[in-house]
Amino acid sequence: MSWKENLISGTNFDPDSLNALQKVTLRAVVMAFLFYGLVAIEGMIMRMVETGKEVAPIPEMFFHPDHFFSIMTAHPIVGIFGSTYQLVFGAFTFLVPYLTKKPLYSIKLANWTWGLITAGTAMAWFAAFAWHYAPLYTLYWPLPVDTRQFSEVGGIVFIVGVALIMLGTFGFIYNIYATIFARVGVHKDKTTKELLISGFGIDGMLNLINKLRGKPPYSKEPALALPVVAIFRGTVDTFLDAVVILGAGILVLVYLIADLGGLQWDMNAIDALLYKNWFWWGLDLVADGLVLIYVAGSWYLLATLITGQKLFMENVARAALMLELLVSWMVWSHHLLSDQPQPEMMKLISGEMVTAFELLTQGLALFITLVTLWKARPLKMTMELKYLLGGLVGFGLAVPAGIIQADMGLNRVLHNTQWIIGAHVHIAIIVGLYMTLYSAVYVLWPIVTNNTKLYSHKLSNAHFWLHLIGGIGMGAFMGMAGLDGMLRRHLYVHGEFNPLMIFAAICGTMLLAAWAIFLYNIVMSVGIKGLVGIFMPAKDPTPSYGIDEALEPADDPAFAK
Amino acid sequence: MTFSNSLELLSFHWVVYTIYAFMIISIVAWFGYNLGRKEKAKSIVRIPFYGYMAFLVIMGVGHHIFTYNAIPWVSQDITRHDITPDARYNIEVGNHKWRLPELPIVVQCGQTIAFDVTSDDLTYGFGLFRQDGTMVLQMQVDPGHNNDIYWTFNHNGDFDLTSTEYSGPAQYDEEGNDLMLVKHFMKVVGCEKGGKQ
Repeated sequence: MSWKENLISGTNFDPDSLNALQKVTLRAVVMAFLFYGLVAIEGMIMRMVETGKEVAPIPEMFFHPDHFFSIMTAHPIVGIFGSTYQLVFGAFTFLVPYLTKKPLYSIKLANWTWGLITAGTAMAWFAAFAWHYAPLYTLYWPLPVDTRQFSEVGGIVFIVGVALIMLGTFGFIYNIYATIFARVGVHKDKTTKELLISGFGIDGMLNLINKLRGKPPYSKEPALALPVVAIFRGTVDTFLDAVVILGAGILVLVYLIADLGGLQWDMNAIDALLYKNWFWWGLDLVADGLVLIYVAGSWYLLATLITGQKLFMENVARAALMLELLVSWMVWSHHLLSDQPQPEMMKLISGEMVTAFELLTQGLALFITLVTLWKARPLKMTMELKYLLGGLVGFGLAVPAGIIQADMGLNRVLHNTQWIIGAHVHIAIIVGLYMTLYSAVYVLWPIVTNNTKLYSHKLSNAHFWLHLIGGIGMGAFMGMAGLDGMLRRHLYVHGEFNPLMIFAAICGTMLLAAWAIFLYNIVMSVGIKGLVGIFMPAKDPTPSYGIDEALEPADDPAFAK
Repeated sequence: MTFSNSLELLSFHWVVYTIYAFMIISIVAWFGYNLGRKEKAKSIVRIPFYGYMAFLVIMGVGHHIFTYNAIPWVSQDITRHDITPDARYNIEVGNHKWRLPELPIVVQCGQTIAFDVTSDDLTYGFGLFRQDGTMVLQMQVDPGHNNDIYWTFNHNGDFDLTSTEYSGPAQYDEEGNDLMLVKHFMKVVGCEKGGKQ
């Protein structure tokens, strides 16, 4: 097959052979990787700016503070919601019906989910692009309503965009829980209580207690598979986080609309510290809640799928997911260790001590995954296994980095520095989270695409190494610059922290190249026709995968009755 | 072991974390190598599951106990309301401008200084930096609250001040220069070489 034929038609991909569940999954995944490209380009622009005007071969406009900080505002919105949320939601929209052997509650709702998140992300990005609305994702009160610096219209467009993302998130949450609680198929005889107990991981804890007391297990066959438990648990935090972000958005929106109407409301009516606590409680449920829980669940799933064996210490893993629930709700104060009016006891208990438990919960997930793999050796070093190991390295680096900075002594000299965003956040997301997600992509690829042949394994390998080295390298050089005093939300236009910023930019370029290689490999596998076909209506409306028995989706009115 | 300033602490931190980073990467690489080998590798050490859990708990809690004892500004921060500083400076900030006492502030070696910073409008940061750009200290400045920090200076230095929290693009001019940067904000004098009185 010629290169041109490959580009147009792919290897052997046939979009018409996909059912509705496969198509809706792939739509979210395609959007996720397109947004990833956008976020990588934005990141590279900022990395180049930090190398200084004398070094960076980019237009002068990027050095202007309005422009620079609008990119910095759009960057996490596009990265976290447009890309990561979409990828995770797409994967889980497929996995929950696949693992529970039930139909997805509603394909229509799943389509609304990716559509709303895509539209919302595009709107928020456009607000930053067109109006330079730049309060950053932290939205520290009263900056988002500071109309001396920002346009009201830009702010309204931004907030409406974020609100659409949150509505899409609610759609995902509803779909997931409605699917889990649907009493069809293997769950026909299960009660809601049984599903709830299993969903929260309480059965695992009761099994452990019974074992210690010498009694038979509470449940030999838990109602929900462990990865579904992780999805169930993580989605609780996804919901709470969406409520808080939406609430903050409404507050900002009300002030902006009032301002547009000529009313000058007192910004001091809202206590900045109280708002900060409330907002970080919700925002932290993304970083320290759903991400860690979803990742742990994904590791368990990948380890069992790769090895074909049972997970090591499954009951402990189930119970740990319950512990992670409590931990994730009580750790937000580590973001306020440098806020002097914050009560000291909250800093000590929530900011330091409870946060330290994340070392335990994530260390546990890492250990269980490694032992499960170890017990099944020898294993073939497949792409999915490589990426899984990469993901483990990422969190192995990033979680202790986070625990280190969540300390009243170190935070005094690390807070708001490049250490936080480089050594902790970017390594956690780019290396830890994305490599885990790439592993899931490679595991699910044959299932979701009906055994489409990948265009090139050499390109997959090139992507792996460039992404791994680029991700760790960029985070490490940013971290070193942070230790040298470089701030994270600050504009440096004279290359004050070179050569570290030059090295970080080189590693960033590797990341961008890795994405381009991955995208090329995927496009050559599915072809442009196939890519378009993914967004065409599915001829086969089946909302499930791999079930022999024909089950109707739960949103069918007759079925619902 | 006590760190007398942030430079000592950050150097220590740099070394420890770099060793850890190479260790975790090496462990997973070794692990990956042995996963694929047909000849099963013998375990170098047998790690008991609950022993590993205990290790993580000890590391998580022990880290804070270590820093509480080794970093002097932790206990000083917690008990600052019971401390009488050698000097107190009240600083106000609003509309991206500092309202400062007469500069430079000159501090004698070993003195404990209290900085009281209040904001009229936005959330700012208060950060002191050495001439090489390394950070001495920082705190957030929340509007509507008293933001105070106590610091004992044990090394001579010439420190700049800037806002360490983003408060909008108005902090910079069109060329990207930081308008809130105050060069030579304070000087510490009287310390011997190496930082002791």
